[in-house]
Amino acid sequence: MTVRRVMGSEVEYGIAVQGQPYANPMVSSTHVVNSYAAAHGLTRRARWDFEEENPLRDARGFDLGRDVADPSQLTDEDLGLSNVILTNGARLYVDHAHPEYASPEVTNPLDVVLWEKAGENVMRRGAELAANIPGTAPIVLYKNNVDNKGAAYGSHENYLMRRDVAFDSIVEHLTPFFVTRQVFTGAGRVGRQQDGSVHAFQISQRADYFEVGVGLETTLKRPIINTRDEPHADPKKYRRLHVIIGDANLSETAIYLKHGTTSLVLSMIEAGFLKPGLALSTPVTALHDISYDATLTTTVELQDGRNLTALQIQAEYLEQAKAFVEREGSDEQTDDILARWEDILIRLGRDPLECVEELDWVAKLALLNRYRERDGLDWDHAKLHLVDVQYHDVRLHKGLYHSLVRTGRMKRLLTDEQIADAVVAPPTDTRAYFRGMCLTRFAKDISAASWDSVIFDLPGHDSLQRIPTMEPLRGTREHVGSLFETSNTAAELFAAITRQ
Amino acid sequence: MSEQQHKNTRKAGETDEQVETTEVDAERKEKLDDDVDSILDEIDGVLEENAEEFVRGFVQKGGQ
Repeated sequence: MTVRRVMGSEVEYGIAVQGQPYANPMVSSTHVVNSYAAAHGLTRRARWDFEEENPLRDARGFDLGRDVADPSQLTDEDLGLSNVILTNGARLYVDHAHPEYASPEVTNPLDVVLWEKAGENVMRRGAELAANIPGTAPIVLYKNNVDNKGAAYGSHENYLMRRDVAFDSIVEHLTPFFVTRQVFTGAGRVGRQQDGSVHAFQISQRADYFEVGVGLETTLKRPIINTRDEPHADPKKYRRLHVIIGDANLSETAIYLKHGTTSLVLSMIEAGFLKPGLALSTPVTALHDISYDATLTTTVELQDGRNLTALQIQAEYLEQAKAFVEREGSDEQTDDILARWEDILIRLGRDPLECVEELDWVAKLALLNRYRERDGLDWDHAKLHLVDVQYHDVRLHKGLYHSLVRTGRMKRLLTDEQIADAVVAPPTDTRAYFRGMCLTRFAKDISAASWDSVIFDLPGHDSLQRIPTMEPLRGTREHVGSLFETSNTAAELFAAITRQ
Repeated sequence: MSEQQHKNTRKAGETDEQVETTEVDAERKEKLDDDVDSILDEIDGVLEENAEEFVRGFVQKGGQ
């Protein structure tokens, strides 16, 4: 029993061009990505290799025809937009009308925090560099999910799971967990309904944009459980659970707990350990009701007739996780996640404000409430909406989250130095090490790469040479580190690998 | 908003022992409020100047 598994996160950033609300966001996003790539020696700009991508494959076992798919679902058609691989193994690209950073694969929740935070640095730097393009206005990026006018954009999690787990069981046990985990993963929002037409606070940025229980879509009729099934690994062994219901978190604690607790629940599902009994009568309504109540006292109806608060439902998952760990054994990070999960639930139950230095929605709400009291503002006041958005500004001197950090009002799990290292260096214990090191050492000889391949363009070869990386836990430093030490050229590396 | 109501509800049924906790809570909340007030002063200097224009202009295209 452990929180450890192959996982990663993807964040689409909100983008604004100062003074130009109608600037083309695809162009601005492309400027951010290209500026970053050009300034970091990724001049060849290794392309993304789409060979193994199947965005229309459904975990329930059928393929959605291309002719019936909405054009926004066709992410594998390279629209000529920017798409690069970084030396830390991450993917930096333009998705729809937003710059997106997909972290490298890591093996534990704390490493997700580290490489997701590295992504914030990458975005901040990309926007700074884009300002040097002649004739462009400054671009500002926001790690949030909504514009409060109807548009939402994603912050996704990915977890590698055993293929042999019945998808029905995942849906049954994960739905009540996802509906209620917002009490610590919420990023806070001023506005209710998708278009923000109701002026009030809610816990989650994304809650109002979820309309169905289960489905394949990510851009419309968003489902609590997404069925996209692209393992980017051996499909006979693995499923990649693609989670689209999270908020974009600035808080390191929130990112850590989000991935840690979800991974634990998945372990219990894989082991068939979870008892039935937490199924909700109306999950989508419950998701919205919980998000609308910052006192956390709202109850939602379960199919067995009970009415429980989100905290009570989370406590039931926690108790089962503790029993599971008791039976199966544990490790340091698992114990840490369990302890923090319990502590946060207890303090949220006493008074959510006790978590003001750890959770995004509580920190944001505390600021908003003091503004409301000091300046006598109603929830429709533009200043409160500004505080909501500017909390997520990635710039250190402008982002309100960063103001809280700078003045010691937000607890950290990592140091700035650790994050700066992760901007450059890949994780050492997944295939991201191989991918990242290929880019670090031989960027000009890499034609394309993806989660499950690196493609070399070697001198003296007429055709491109593809190295598949279908096993996420191979290509680690332990596995291939010595090859990078002994190879002086990409050709030598390629020869050494193919000899193995 | 309803947070205040929630506190009031809790006060209604409390014993002596709980009064003590509530007083500590109130003290802590006051300290927290002072702290947030000092951050507001700082944030006032950082906030975008024209809130209304900023909020109106913050228009995004939908994503995933």
